[in-house]
Amino acid sequence: MLVPDDLKYAETHEWVRVEGDTGTVGITDHAQAELTDIVYVELPKVGTSVAPKQAIAVVESVKAASDIYSPVNGEITETNPALEGNPSLVNTDPYGAGWLFKVKLSDPKDLDALKDAAAYKTQIGG
Amino acid sequence: MNTDTLSAFIRGVLAYGRSIVSEAPSPPLKQTPLLEEHLKLGAKMVSFGGWNMPVFYSSILDEHQAVRNNVGVFDISHMGEFEVSGPLASSWLNSLLTNNIEKLAIGEGQYTFLLNDAGGVIDDLIVYRRAETSFFMVVNAAKVEENFRWMQRRIASDVSLVNRSAQYAALAVQGPKSADLMSHFGELPSHNHLVELRFEEVPLFVARTGYTGEDGCEIFYPVTAAARVWNQVLELGKSLGIRPCGLGARDTLRMEVCYPLNGSDLSADRTPLEAGLGFFVDLAKPDFVGRDALLLQKQEGLKQRLVPIKTSGKTPPPRAHYGVFVDGLQIGELTSGTQSPSLNTGIGLAYLDLAYTKPGQIVEFDVRGRKFPATVEKKPLYKKPC
Repeated sequence: MLVPDDLKYAETHEWVRVEGDTGTVGITDHAQAELTDIVYVELPKVGTSVAPKQAIAVVESVKAASDIYSPVNGEITETNPALEGNPSLVNTDPYGAGWLFKVKLSDPKDLDALKDAAAYKTQIGG
Repeated sequence: MNTDTLSAFIRGVLAYGRSIVSEAPSPPLKQTPLLEEHLKLGAKMVSFGGWNMPVFYSSILDEHQAVRNNVGVFDISHMGEFEVSGPLASSWLNSLLTNNIEKLAIGEGQYTFLLNDAGGVIDDLIVYRRAETSFFMVVNAAKVEENFRWMQRRIASDVSLVNRSAQYAALAVQGPKSADLMSHFGELPSHNHLVELRFEEVPLFVARTGYTGEDGCEIFYPVTAAARVWNQVLELGKSLGIRPCGLGARDTLRMEVCYPLNGSDLSADRTPLEAGLGFFVDLAKPDFVGRDALLLQKQEGLKQRLVPIKTSGKTPPPRAHYGVFVDGLQIGELTSGTQSPSLNTGIGLAYLDLAYTKPGQIVEFDVRGRKFPATVEKKPLYKKPC
């Protein structure tokens, strides 16, 4: 399973890539492989305030609906428009074209609470 | 990502191999004799009806398409098998089961129900007449003990009822190319019939039945040969594009053709008439358990009926327990639902108030507080293109 070194990871299998004060969020390769066959993604509205451990999106595979959490505090600035027509991008390119939403961080210190690649690898047993 | 919201069916997929999603403590899962083969093939395992079963090997969509286009093989060893015999076996079974067993020729099988006194479904099953006074029943995995106790309590003299579930491995070989594959074992029976074939010295009961809407066979054979026959089927199917298939594809395939799943679409609180399966109930028989309740229900009229629905436009997949609405009023509930791989749209089965069960009826289903449109359809939702 791919676990890129330059990302931060939540225990609940989201990743975040930070550029400036904005984090891009998606689900990990491990998570998409466990779910497989993603057929629908429900995303938050731009402007929504989010906090860690708050369910703000839903990824639905053929068999199940799974809640997605924001890894950090902040405000949604953008969601991935490509997922409406092609939700399987989350399966095929989870760290790239399959990103879910962007969030403007209200406190960069939130990142310290997240795992680095090595710790996340340990969590998923690989 | 939160695993708590996963449906009961897939609960455990994300937890597999790591922590277990917390639920009430339950007894250890039962294993089929093919567990090792599943793990070798990289299956994702889930708990289903008390069994540790493969939910998919590669992906539900791939496996689904393999069965619709070529051939797939499912481990169905979790299902139960009973043998019933004796001079009075036929009349005794006829007093417990809804369909008319007297109609069965030797080698023939029929879909039928075991009901409680209130007419609710204990189990749906297939019973085959193996000889004049000898029958073979295939029952649902989670219902083996309950069925057996229920039948045992009503046993008649001169009837022998034996639970053989632990001695049989079972496979379902399904798809348009399944007959090409299965004919390597011998001459296949006609639809809904059972014959005894052989693989080397292993006796195979082969039935031309299935749960996918495709041509196919179900094979029942001694557990001691479980892996040998499984691997032989995979080997023979190689050139036909065979895939091992899990419960995920089994569920999407059966939903597309509107076959009910006991425990979801059928339950002790619903009669076969409400489930739209009156065809498998012979009310003209003098008596069977549940008959009085069904006659009364027929006389009073049904309140709800199980119907298939199909979504319109882009919607999340319908799922079990979602409410169904018309003009803002709840008129029923989904008992099954998924994204249909063959139709590329959401589908489901729902119990709806009778007034709203006509094909073409527009309804809405509620997903996390938002309503999405769907229409009531005719069975089956998926028909093979001619």
